[in-house]
Amino acid sequence: MPNEIVSVENLSFGYGSSLSIENISFNVSEGDFLGIIGPNGAGKTTLFRCILGVLGNYAGSIRLFGQDIKSNKGLLKRVGYIPQKRTIEQEFPVTVQEAVSFGLIGLRNSSNTVLSAITDVGLDELKNKRIGDLSGGQLQRVLIAKALVSNPDLLILDEPTTAIDKESEKKFYSILRELNEDRKKTIILSSHDLDAIKKLSNKIACVNKRLFFHGNVHEFFDNEKLMMSAYLESSMQAHMHSHFDAENSSDNKADPNGA
Amino acid sequence: MALEILTYGFMQRALISGIIIAVICSIIGLFLVLKRHSLFGDAMSHVAFGGIAIGLYANVYPIWTALIVSVLAGLGMTKLREVTKIPSDSAVAVLLSSGLAIGIVLISLSGGFNLDLFSFLFGSILLVNLQDLIMISIVSGLVLVTMSLIYKKLTYVTFDEEQAAVGGLSVRNINYLFIVVASVTVIASIRLVGVLLISSLIVLPNITALAMGKGFKKTALISCGISIGSVIIGIIISYFANIAPSGAVVLTETMIFLIALSGRFLINKNRQTKSKIESTMDLENGPRK
Repeated sequence: MPNEIVSVENLSFGYGSSLSIENISFNVSEGDFLGIIGPNGAGKTTLFRCILGVLGNYAGSIRLFGQDIKSNKGLLKRVGYIPQKRTIEQEFPVTVQEAVSFGLIGLRNSSNTVLSAITDVGLDELKNKRIGDLSGGQLQRVLIAKALVSNPDLLILDEPTTAIDKESEKKFYSILRELNEDRKKTIILSSHDLDAIKKLSNKIACVNKRLFFHGNVHEFFDNEKLMMSAYLESSMQAHMHSHFDAENSSDNKADPNGA
Repeated sequence: MALEILTYGFMQRALISGIIIAVICSIIGLFLVLKRHSLFGDAMSHVAFGGIAIGLYANVYPIWTALIVSVLAGLGMTKLREVTKIPSDSAVAVLLSSGLAIGIVLISLSGGFNLDLFSFLFGSILLVNLQDLIMISIVSGLVLVTMSLIYKKLTYVTFDEEQAAVGGLSVRNINYLFIVVASVTVIASIRLVGVLLISSLIVLPNITALAMGKGFKKTALISCGISIGSVIIGIIISYFANIAPSGAVVLTETMIFLIALSGRFLINKNRQTKSKIESTMDLENGPRK
């Protein structure tokens, strides 16, 4: 039986008087790729910030690698994180190599590890470039390399493909697939890109303040009724429509006669 | 003739203390500029003015009173920002004006401005005595040791606080420690350029170095070099031109900054012209086969 990597039980958290997430429970096992979907403001980032120990004043419990996150913050050293909004100041004077090496602070430092993480994401030629001179997609790969340099057991990505072009997005997803399938990394990815979630994940969680569905990704996408009810309940009709539109148009393209 | 000035004791003390201050100011300043706290030095120096006035009023070595008052004010300002979420520039404005007000009140109580106070306001590097030099060396030594211990972590915190926290760093403690170190640096630097010009020593070498577009280590080294060079040139010019060294140092830094900006502008313009010519040539030659 695979090891439990993340276990969230009855988690609730609010900024001020209203709750941002309410009574959420799910778990992630070793090697899982969990896709988290939900509309903007659904509490996905809040959920991540609780798991990552940035927000501590929550109700319920969070266990990372079988231990309570509140009692052992050192567990975070086993987690790689790519935030949703790139809070990084593009004019900050760091090279790719310097930025990636931040991921090793507090750990055993080795320039070889940094270089191999940069190679893994295909940026070796740009290692001495300032991050401000990179494109959005290249910067995103720097963040992956930084998250991976410490060889974490768990990778958490919060809407990482926002504001990057389609080509970079494709590259980015292929790196994630390789990490999960070949290197057996456990990954949690939140995204509005349902097609990517469908292709990459083995588990899915549908969140809008509460958890509306958590289970097998195929069970979710193959069962229109289930998908519909989770979506309707979580007020995500807009995303559902765009997904179905995309599917219909690709079906039509594949079979113009509709046969 | 230029070397002759190095034989004077006051000039030796001025250059040694000036170089030490230049190094710590540029290192601390880089983080302050990147954290968008460029005016922190100004706020701290104005608070230090209040502390100096307390020292002069109580007949205590004013740098020590300024040091205590500034560190407490720096920590207080950080706490104020944390608790009330008021913007950084507003917190600086509160601190700056209240620190100055305390100083003015105490000075008026003690019978007005005197020579000592003027030397703190405008700097008096050429009047640095052995006691000052020892104080500057000890304080700067402590600043450098502390910075070498937290350098990497502070860089990460400055780069992205949330990611640093997720990486297991105690962001709050690192920020508080940095504020203490920055306050101490400002006080140690008062002798060189005085209360009124201190922020230039913190900001100018760093924005000049940042304009060069290098990585973090190189930027820090360039900033140190500019800072040390400006202090040496400024002090020497002040001796021969018989002008105030603080003003000469800051004006030298300003000149270097303007030269660096012009250089960057010309390089960018040159690059644009080059790429324009290349694209025109590509169009004329048609698509490559």
